[in-house]
Amino acid sequence: MANLKALYQEVILDHNKKPRNYGAVERASHHAEGHNPLCGDHLSITLAIADENIQNIAFNGESCAICKASASMMTVAVKGKSRADAEILIEEFLAMVTGKLDLNIPDQKEKLAHIGRLAVFAGVHDLPTRVKCAILPWHTLHAAFSSVAQVSTESEFDPMHAPIGDA
Amino acid sequence: MPKINNLSISTFDTPPFNINKIRADFPILNVQIEGKPLVYLDNAASAQMPQQVIDRLVRYQSTQHANIHRAVHYLSELATAEYDEARRKVQRFINAGEEREVIFTSGTTEAINLVMHGYGRKFIGAGDEIIISTLEHHSNIVPWQMLAEERGAKIRVVPVNDAGELQLDAYMNLFNERTKFVSLIHVSNALGTINPVKKMIAYAHSRGVPVLVDGAQAVPHMKVDVQDLDCDFYAFSGHKLCGPTGIGILYGKAALLESMQPFKGGGDMILSVTFEKTTYNTIPYKFEAGTPPIAAAIGLGAALDYLSAIGMENIAAHEHALLQYATEQVSQIPGVRIVGTARDKASVLSFVMEHIHPHDVGTLLNQEGIAVRTGHHCAQPVMQRMGIPATSRASFAFYNTRAEVDALMAGIRMVQKIFA
Ligand SMILES: Cc1ncc(COP(=O)(O)O)c(C=O)c1O
Repeated sequence: MANLKALYQEVILDHNKKPRNYGAVERASHHAEGHNPLCGDHLSITLAIADENIQNIAFNGESCAICKASASMMTVAVKGKSRADAEILIEEFLAMVTGKLDLNIPDQKEKLAHIGRLAVFAGVHDLPTRVKCAILPWHTLHAAFSSVAQVSTESEFDPMHAPIGDA
Repeated sequence: MPKINNLSISTFDTPPFNINKIRADFPILNVQIEGKPLVYLDNAASAQMPQQVIDRLVRYQSTQHANIHRAVHYLSELATAEYDEARRKVQRFINAGEEREVIFTSGTTEAINLVMHGYGRKFIGAGDEIIISTLEHHSNIVPWQMLAEERGAKIRVVPVNDAGELQLDAYMNLFNERTKFVSLIHVSNALGTINPVKKMIAYAHSRGVPVLVDGAQAVPHMKVDVQDLDCDFYAFSGHKLCGPTGIGILYGKAALLESMQPFKGGGDMILSVTFEKTTYNTIPYKFEAGTPPIAAAIGLGAALDYLSAIGMENIAAHEHALLQYATEQVSQIPGVRIVGTARDKASVLSFVMEHIHPHDVGTLLNQEGIAVRTGHHCAQPVMQRMGIPATSRASFAFYNTRAEVDALMAGIRMVQKIFA
């Protein structure tokens, strides 16, 4: 949990205040909308992909700070990468945040070889209700690649479905 | 923002209300979160349990447990007697006219569903109308939508103003000759609004329409008298009353309950069964199929004893003073806006912070040991009406203190500083 406060203080606030690649790519080749009805998070991602390379990417929307920072750092991480490399990063990020792979375990860390600065998001795993905030941009990016128009981290197909509770 | 006059601090620790003694009854209040003392302000979601109730559960389970209504042996008779006694405690607590008007359910949700199936599916048909309000919890919306869809009935919704108060003129205008049922929330879990249900019930009755009241958030915070309200049905949950989860109450007027069809079929709800015909048991047993949560019912009885010993009037006064204090304090923090500013409110402080999402507020407050609820509070129509996706909600119980309100305020300022 100490990681979590660090996450807010070091990264999230920076990217929340000054989100990188915020806006929309003109003449985008790919586009997807992400939506989390439970917290009202909404995200739009546009991409310019040529020769399987992500030449440009942008996002915009309304969301909590964790979601926004995750989107911001994601765009920085995948810009200029090949689509295949971006898919690898999506898989690693999801595995780390959902707790399938743990950076503190050496042979699992090997499988998170491309995570880099995104490692700060590992702490989100401690708060199950916030996991979907962090992964929404990544699901949306994946959807944009496969030209799926809409993605939701609350759909019944979402393995991470975790309601915020009751009352 | 409601103006707050005469902030009374006298109720905070004057006898018979001794806050330190009360807090000592709740072992969970000693839990540390992130190395800090727990500040539990999520009581609207579920209240904590005093040692007296925990002890009662242990005593039942260690010395009194058997199935009820089924055997002639000692333990079965004892458990049956304790279970029946719990029902009488509930009867007294809400001043029901008769014991058989008190039905044990698994909670408010099941109580409302029982009425939907038992009354709604029998008496509501195509073209009929059901009135609910904008403030309803999903559990008082979805069952009626299911019924409306199945039967071709229609749902009409009482609007609220910007303060979160139901509009009574509009309510009365919703009635017509097709109106068959009214189901209303007593106290809003999302905003804290106390609705004038007694007046609303009287009006519905003048139009010949029965009324269910969802009292999940009312019974824990004020004296509720079902005969005085003259409601036809009243639903609430044990776990919001310092009792166990898995137990709730449906109060219903005997004549109505008798006219209804059973909700679930099984053991205990029958008088006799042959393959040709089953004769249903009398109320309340007609609605209590299968082995009930016996321990939870007895635990709820103990919780009601505990609350009665403190006195619901004292509880209401203490919580009212806390809410006033919290309202006043939070009003002094720029960038924080209270959502739900009704004149009559109970126990709930819902708020939004400029440029900061409620989920971030909740996560950061948790780092300080402060438990609040963030989200839409199972009341999405309220959120839509207020034009926001979510709020942060602090909800108070009688064991909360001014110091805890101060901790919340410090927490809110800390969140603002991090985001500054
Ligand atoms: C006003 C209101 N109605 C109904 C419910 C549902 O209660 P339960 O989940 O105990 O059935 C709640 C709380 O969750 C509530 O606050």
